[in-house]
Amino acid sequence: MSNSSLIIFGLLVPLLSALGSYVFQKNINLRDSFGVIGGIITFIISLIIFDGIQNFQEFSISLFPLIQGVDFTFRVTPLGSIFSLVASSLWILASIYTIGYMRGAAEDNQTRFVIFYSIAIHAALAIAWSGNLLVLFIFYEILTFSTFPLVGHKQNAESQAAGRVYLSILVGTSLMLFLPAIFWIWFQTGTLDFKSGGILDGKFPTEYLSFLVALLVFGIGKAAIMPIHRWLPAAMVAPTPVSALLHAVAVVKAGVFSFLVVVVYIIGPEYLFESKASDWLIWLASFTILASSIIAISKDDLKARLAYSTISQLSYIILGAALATTFAIKGASFHIITHAIGKITLFFCAGAIYVTAHVKKISQLNGLGYKTPLIFFAYTLGALSIIGVPPFVGSWSKFYLILGSLEADYLFVAIILGISSLLNIYYLLEPVFVGFRKKLTKDIHLTNAPLAVWPPVVTGLGCFVLFFFANYFDEIINGVLFL
Amino acid sequence: MNFLIDDAPALVVVLPLIVSAIIAFMPSSRWPWIISMITLVVHLFISFELLSMVQTSGVILYEFGNWQPPWGIAFKIDGINIGLQIIFSSFVLITTFYSRKIFLSEIHPDDSGKAYSLWLLAVGSLNGIILTNDIFNLFVFLEISALSSISLIALGAGMNRKALLAAFNYLIIGAIGATFYVIGVGFAYSMTGTLNMSDLVIQLSQYSTGQLAIFAGMSFMLIGLMVKSAVFPLHLWLPPAYSYAPSAVSTLFAALATKAILYFFVRLIYEVFTFYDHYLIIFLDYVLMPLSVSAIFVGTIIAIYQDDIKKLLAYSSIAQIGYITLAFSMNDQSGITAGFIHIFNHALIKGGLFMAIGYFAFSSQDRVTLSSINGYGQKYPITSFALLICGVSLIGIPLTNGFVSKLYLFQALYYNHMFITIALVAISSALAVIYFWKIVESLWFSSIKTKVVSEDPAIYIPLWIVAISIIIFGVFSAPIVELANMASINLFGGISN
Amino acid sequence: MVGGLFIIITSQNYIKKIVGLAIFQTSVFVFFVSLAKIIDGTAPILMKVEAIYSNPLPHVLILTAIVVGVATSALGLALVLQIYKNYNTIEEKEIEAEELKSER
Repeated sequence: MSNSSLIIFGLLVPLLSALGSYVFQKNINLRDSFGVIGGIITFIISLIIFDGIQNFQEFSISLFPLIQGVDFTFRVTPLGSIFSLVASSLWILASIYTIGYMRGAAEDNQTRFVIFYSIAIHAALAIAWSGNLLVLFIFYEILTFSTFPLVGHKQNAESQAAGRVYLSILVGTSLMLFLPAIFWIWFQTGTLDFKSGGILDGKFPTEYLSFLVALLVFGIGKAAIMPIHRWLPAAMVAPTPVSALLHAVAVVKAGVFSFLVVVVYIIGPEYLFESKASDWLIWLASFTILASSIIAISKDDLKARLAYSTISQLSYIILGAALATTFAIKGASFHIITHAIGKITLFFCAGAIYVTAHVKKISQLNGLGYKTPLIFFAYTLGALSIIGVPPFVGSWSKFYLILGSLEADYLFVAIILGISSLLNIYYLLEPVFVGFRKKLTKDIHLTNAPLAVWPPVVTGLGCFVLFFFANYFDEIINGVLFL
Repeated sequence: MNFLIDDAPALVVVLPLIVSAIIAFMPSSRWPWIISMITLVVHLFISFELLSMVQTSGVILYEFGNWQPPWGIAFKIDGINIGLQIIFSSFVLITTFYSRKIFLSEIHPDDSGKAYSLWLLAVGSLNGIILTNDIFNLFVFLEISALSSISLIALGAGMNRKALLAAFNYLIIGAIGATFYVIGVGFAYSMTGTLNMSDLVIQLSQYSTGQLAIFAGMSFMLIGLMVKSAVFPLHLWLPPAYSYAPSAVSTLFAALATKAILYFFVRLIYEVFTFYDHYLIIFLDYVLMPLSVSAIFVGTIIAIYQDDIKKLLAYSSIAQIGYITLAFSMNDQSGITAGFIHIFNHALIKGGLFMAIGYFAFSSQDRVTLSSINGYGQKYPITSFALLICGVSLIGIPLTNGFVSKLYLFQALYYNHMFITIALVAISSALAVIYFWKIVESLWFSSIKTKVVSEDPAIYIPLWIVAISIIIFGVFSAPIVELANMASINLFGGISN
Repeated sequence: MVGGLFIIITSQNYIKKIVGLAIFQTSVFVFFVSLAKIIDGTAPILMKVEAIYSNPLPHVLILTAIVVGVATSALGLALVLQIYKNYNTIEEKEIEAEELKSER
């Protein structure tokens, strides 16, 4: 199969999987397996593409012209290959997890859930493999709309309200801020294609660059920088497979990925660094990191706490992009991988706790650790990775980010990253301590849901194992800056 | 069939008028529709004939009765209005096809002859507005279209008697507007002695500095046309008229009626009155542009608070007309291109939306409100999905033709360094999402569970033709952009005579 | 003209509005026709004697406009008749009151 058709095939697989789930909805085992099979196939394709990118192969296909100078093009950038690999690999585990969770929690409308889940993955892949900013925008919007039924899945008043917040923030920011920014770039340069070193240098009035950066970072609402962050905790009303894959991995990563891609392949890191147009963003991202960590500490609901932790971690990536030095960008790109695998572990565990013990709040976790040790073991692994402690893979990305901040002469950023790690220790490990603190006061009935427990164990162990492959990742990330 | 080609410009207008007279007293309920369809197919055919004629010879001037202007009345077809003519013909055909069941459900079946007679009168006269080159002739066609529109709107009284009030309101306000226009024509005629637009340009050039009478005339003409095309704040007749009219009628008018008049409006400003730059700039910058921006916001915000969906769409139309006049007020080629693109695209979008809502009204035999369409997404999936496509285009999501309109509008605003206006337009797009989202929520996300009902192909086929063309023209926007470009180049490049 | 407009705006009775409209339109017609008069001009009917004729074109235009005006008034009156059948009144205030009542 040629490289171009591989992209198209890879994009079609999630859609076909959605179709399969729809057609075979009566047979629930068949219906749910489509997600897993789709995940495996997409993962293999992403792996082939990823490997090809490492060998400097070209994966692109141009379908038809959209507007003058911009075609409907898919083109895999190194950053895009990383994102698609993360999304597809975690999709496999998430599909298995979904089976365990949805059946254990006896949710209804599971068919609709599986279908839109697959469509959302398709949109995320298309974002990863988009060839220019307009195609990225199109699938960015499709991602918002396809995840909306997932957020509002339970169809009660709370979900509807959350769905409205979700949609209004994401669609509002993208139409009012992101789209005008795209037009502006198109007006100035006549193109929107991704290129190494960016397309704006020399063509864009540098005095307005910080304004453009503002339009972009606030317009890409999925990156959840404050104050565009409210949708993320609101979306936690969704069932946990949604929170896990989409809001720890696909949706939020699409956001920071989009922003990173714009910085690296549209604005150009050197241009950005020299113009100092993103200095204010360094401050804002740092503020978001600390503020959301502090808010996380105050949350008793486990998923809410994890949501604010996600907001904080996303700002790490934005921070890296804003610093715009080599190590910072490498750290940000690497953080996409490490945070994804760490956070999905934590969310999987939160959902597993809900399914097995029907508990949502941290204060109610008393002694649960003794009853469900596997879940808490996985949780600890994921938490340590997010905190950034060796020998877990999360420590590498944090290390690169600290290096990047020093490279840019921003010592205070390094300090903030350190403080954030301390805060992480507190609020991420607290559930573990509560879980093992005292014995259970009363016996609780545990639902058996092995399929909801094993995926987090796998990803948690992954956090540990991948630490030793840092060399390999280093090579990959090195290629990010060159297209 | 030589007369078909020689007299084509006249035929497009005259044919519907003649057939209208023939079917007026037919007692049958089926035949008027069939005859109308045949007429409009021929009409479309002739329009394409005109297109090829314009492409070969550039401008077609047709003089009625072979009387030379300025004594005779002339029709002019050139690059500016041929695009509008094609869109007009095609859309009228689709709407007439759509109208069969829906129109007949809202009126007495025996009245079908009279109803379609009025329908054809409206079509013929609107077409005349597009083609005419004589300012008094415009008044005549304007009034014919107004009278037929009023009667068609009043036909909605079978469903809701407020249609009568809406029709009466439109009559009064429309007549005032038309009379203002005639006053303007009087001034223009008194100063130049001619009514032919091409001749008017030549005659006006002798008053290079302009005279008060001419400015007064221009003002009256422009204001009169603004009343008829529902530019804020002269728009008050439109929401009741479009919402209480029969659904097929709303579809036809929302898509085409005000657009034809806006076309003539633009033609007046940029072709006839081009010499009076300082006056025009005052009018465009201080009158038209602020009113356009106000229209956009007033229309969108009031639409958000509407429960009755037809009224919501009517207020949305006012906002869309605001976008078009905003584009036209910029006094340069990119603005006019953007305006024409949106005229074409909005016809499809609004037409599609009204068609879908019309079907809902037909199946429920009641007013369509946000609460009454709860769960319709499941009940009528085909229609609802088409409605979704049209609505998505209204907001301006890429891959639809609404995005193309917004893109060119932003580009025109950017070229003219109107950055604050860009921000305002962006905000209004986001606001439009609110009222569109309310409809989507009622359709798919309400708590009512219904079963799928089989839908009538006679209705969803024209609707889907419109929806698919929205996507096609969103992706392959070149034909529409080409037509609009041709219009603006001809309009701005000089007097094409 | 302004008189006609005033009547339209301030009248409560629909028929009076139509009358106001007719007055407004008639005043415009008179304006037009007055344009046609040329000093020392006579009626524009071809005569055997040499003469100055007033301009016939505005007269012709006004004929058209009068016809349009008649049609408009006729349609308006027909509508008023239907309104009366439906509402039993043609006063604007009473109709508005009735509409408000039926909405509640």
